[in-house]
Amino acid sequence: MTTQPPRKYKAKEYATDQDVRWCPGCGDYAILAGVQRSLAKQGVPPEKVAFISGIGCSSRFPYYMATYGFHTIHGRAPAFATGLKIARPDMNVWVITGDGDSLSIGGNHFIHLLRRNVDLNILLFNNRIYGLTKGQYSPTSEVGKKTKSSPMGSIDHPFKPLQLAIGADAGFLARTIDVDAKVMAEVTAAASAYRGTAFVEVLQNCNIFNDGAWENIAAKQVRAEMTVRLAHGEPMIFGKAKDKGVRLDGLKPVAFTIGEDGLSTSDAWVHDAHDPDLTRSMLLARMEGPDLPTPVGVLRSVDRPVFDVEVRKQANAAGSGTATDVHDLLKGRRTWTVS
Amino acid sequence: MNLQQNAQRSEELESVVVRFAGDSGDGMQLTGGQFTLASALAGNDVATFPDYPAEIRAPAGTLAGVSGYQLHFSSGEIFTPGDDVDVLVAMNPAALAKNLPFLRENGMLIVNSDAFTAKLLKMAGFETNPLDEDDTQLEKYQVYPVDLTRLTRDALVETDLTSKEVERCKNFFALGLMSWLYERDLQILVEEVETQFGSKPRYLNANLIVLRSGYNYGENSAQFMVRYRVPAAKSGVPGTYRNVQGNEAVSLGLIAAAHRAGKELFLGSYPITPASDILHFLSKQKALGVLTFQAEDEIAAVCATIAAAWGNQLAVTTTSGPGMALKGEAMGLAVMTELPMIVVNVQRGGPSTGLPTKTEQSDLLQAMYGRNGESPMVVIAARSPGDAFYTAYEAARVALKYMVPVVLLSDGYIANGAEPWRVPDLEDLPEIPYVELDSAEGLPDGFQPYARDPETLARPWPKLGTPGLEHRLGGIEKWDVTGHISYDPDNHHHMTLQRQARVDGIAKELPATEIFGDDSGDVLVVSWGSTYGSCLTAVRLLRNEGRSVSHVHLRWINPLPRDLGDIFSRFNTVVVPEINNGQLFSILRGKFDFNGRRFNRVGGIPLQIEDLTEVIIDSLSS
Repeated sequence: MTTQPPRKYKAKEYATDQDVRWCPGCGDYAILAGVQRSLAKQGVPPEKVAFISGIGCSSRFPYYMATYGFHTIHGRAPAFATGLKIARPDMNVWVITGDGDSLSIGGNHFIHLLRRNVDLNILLFNNRIYGLTKGQYSPTSEVGKKTKSSPMGSIDHPFKPLQLAIGADAGFLARTIDVDAKVMAEVTAAASAYRGTAFVEVLQNCNIFNDGAWENIAAKQVRAEMTVRLAHGEPMIFGKAKDKGVRLDGLKPVAFTIGEDGLSTSDAWVHDAHDPDLTRSMLLARMEGPDLPTPVGVLRSVDRPVFDVEVRKQANAAGSGTATDVHDLLKGRRTWTVS
Repeated sequence: MNLQQNAQRSEELESVVVRFAGDSGDGMQLTGGQFTLASALAGNDVATFPDYPAEIRAPAGTLAGVSGYQLHFSSGEIFTPGDDVDVLVAMNPAALAKNLPFLRENGMLIVNSDAFTAKLLKMAGFETNPLDEDDTQLEKYQVYPVDLTRLTRDALVETDLTSKEVERCKNFFALGLMSWLYERDLQILVEEVETQFGSKPRYLNANLIVLRSGYNYGENSAQFMVRYRVPAAKSGVPGTYRNVQGNEAVSLGLIAAAHRAGKELFLGSYPITPASDILHFLSKQKALGVLTFQAEDEIAAVCATIAAAWGNQLAVTTTSGPGMALKGEAMGLAVMTELPMIVVNVQRGGPSTGLPTKTEQSDLLQAMYGRNGESPMVVIAARSPGDAFYTAYEAARVALKYMVPVVLLSDGYIANGAEPWRVPDLEDLPEIPYVELDSAEGLPDGFQPYARDPETLARPWPKLGTPGLEHRLGGIEKWDVTGHISYDPDNHHHMTLQRQARVDGIAKELPATEIFGDDSGDVLVVSWGSTYGSCLTAVRLLRNEGRSVSHVHLRWINPLPRDLGDIFSRFNTVVVPEINNGQLFSILRGKFDFNGRRFNRVGGIPLQIEDLTEVIIDSLSS
């Protein structure tokens, strides 16, 4: 959707003069900076961008972006974004949401947005907790999680957001970690380039109500061992020393050490982000520790018909009426005259 | 045509009320609609009342499955489909049982005698066959048994239609017979059938044969000795007329407004009875700049609509009561962000699922107050199918001019009812002014999203995509002018008053309230919405008897016209009839001091003129 920029942009041109009011140390700061850098790098003019959010900590995001922005109501950002893209396909639209916003109260709109494949990007800040309401378990909280509203531990089975998105036939799936600027830049750029709904799960820390939400995979000392960077056409190799890989045993991903049991790099599963079949996307979406690394990067990028493009195609095919046509419509099929 | 060819006479009548009734699958709505069109084209004033069940196809022959269509046609001006039915066409015993209470004494009863079998009689609750010669159940009526099923079958004997398909054609026999009886132009109906079934030649041919057979049956059988003629209505503003239904008129009003405003029309909607026809109609108008979005639910529909308004389109969402309940939170956001949006609520019986296919006026307070916080919205109500065009147009004009969300109230009766409507010229419709910013140039303090027009208090409508007009909207309270987030107590109080003042200020441009009758006197009847016709008719009848009664009808409920309190003070008693439990009455009570009386009948059907005249007479001081 983006046109060639007449000039280069700096990240700070996307920042408003409003004080950012997230808690000190919140993972959202890093995401905000990452998105601003990414837009500058892509050279999208700020006036062509609209950030739309629901309710929650993450949803304050639009106030800090010097673009068009709409802080809407809880869970409904995808519906607003869909309406805007139908009305104004020329706008570059981003939905900013959280695990509570998009997977609980807004679950319906989330799946329908993905199903329709509206041309926009969703960043889902997944911190596995309700932050703005001060700490209740969310639909991504792990079973057994003790919170203010689950003193004996949560008994809700959690969603895996990417798995849910696959159920809605999502064309683009990616995952990143709030503190990983490099992957953040890579997936936001890929999301922007994708025509259709690009869904990015951001593993985000809430240092107040759920500190260490993703510590077991995001902490610097374990990240290389507990995550695998996906790259299309590349084998899935991970570990600080690049000494481990993921291979497929039938349809079962298995981690292995290169050089052990006669296994080498060539045994590793080669990532195909453009595979139209959803089976392997699902395997990736479900992959997690302790036995497997959590995939980060672009899991899936497959073209599908784009909703807002199809809307305009139908409108164009219908032609463009004139005042005479409006008048004819008012008259209907049958008239009579009173003189 | 030659009326001399047999012994039949022709008699002139001023007006007639006909009700077609049959199974849901008998095509009664189609038959009624076509007879209405033929009557309108003959120059009659018409008013209709489709009365159908919520079930798509309840089991055949059951009382639950009866579908009715009432038509009032006249050579005078009429405003209601009529209290009492003059002619009932009953396709089976259940249709007879359910509709007989509406038939006036000595009224004409045309029944499909073939359907009066032991089984169907039992299903309808008849212990004996009312068509039997010695049966007294129908002795108060003129009964005309016609073997509709057999006659239809005989007419189609040359065709290869299955017996099931033949059965489906019998409504055209009834239509043909009625057309003969009321001297309707058969050619009009032939053309209508051709339009309706043009793509299905098999049924087109059969229906035409049956239609003509029904007509000829009237002509040739000795059963009907009198034909009736309702002459063309005498009065009427000169112009081109058509027959229009309420949902259609709302759609047309919105299209006309979008065209006059130079905007695309966006509709975000979720299917719901009785509003869905607006979605159907508008989704066919893509060539006229109409974009329709069938959302995943009512909430998504309104949210998409608000975003489209933000994206500079004329944005509308359509629904009925339960749907508006779901939209409430988002409607509050539109109030907070001061975006122009129209919410059309085609009211039905409530609460909860209520009576989906019936009419009611019980969402008025929901429209006024059904949101959290102080959340004033403009509320405008249509009074009839034709009027729905103008209320929709006004809703759009006011929304854009004042940057406010507007609720347009229609109801099931207006939505499905039809009346003749003078087709307006687009150029004659009022202008739609609004302030859309498409440049940041000349703004000394930069762009301020809540900087207001001092006259209308409207904030500017920035064109999305314009450099320098980037801004952030949201549900959190904003500083006036700058639009930054604010928790300041004084600002919140100021903004609360500001939102109310913007709606109230619209009253300045409302025309003086029209009073039907004397502008002072004993009783004033105040109505809103679809009870207009019943109230006006009742007041007319009583004024003709010399009673001191006048009538005021309210199009605008929020804001109310400014002269209303003064008008009330000139009458001894203000009577407010409504199809709810006194919702307008309580609004009026909160604003004005008056000696009032409410009349409420929540039956899912229009108010009866007889009930109204009774309560008005009872309210007269002398």
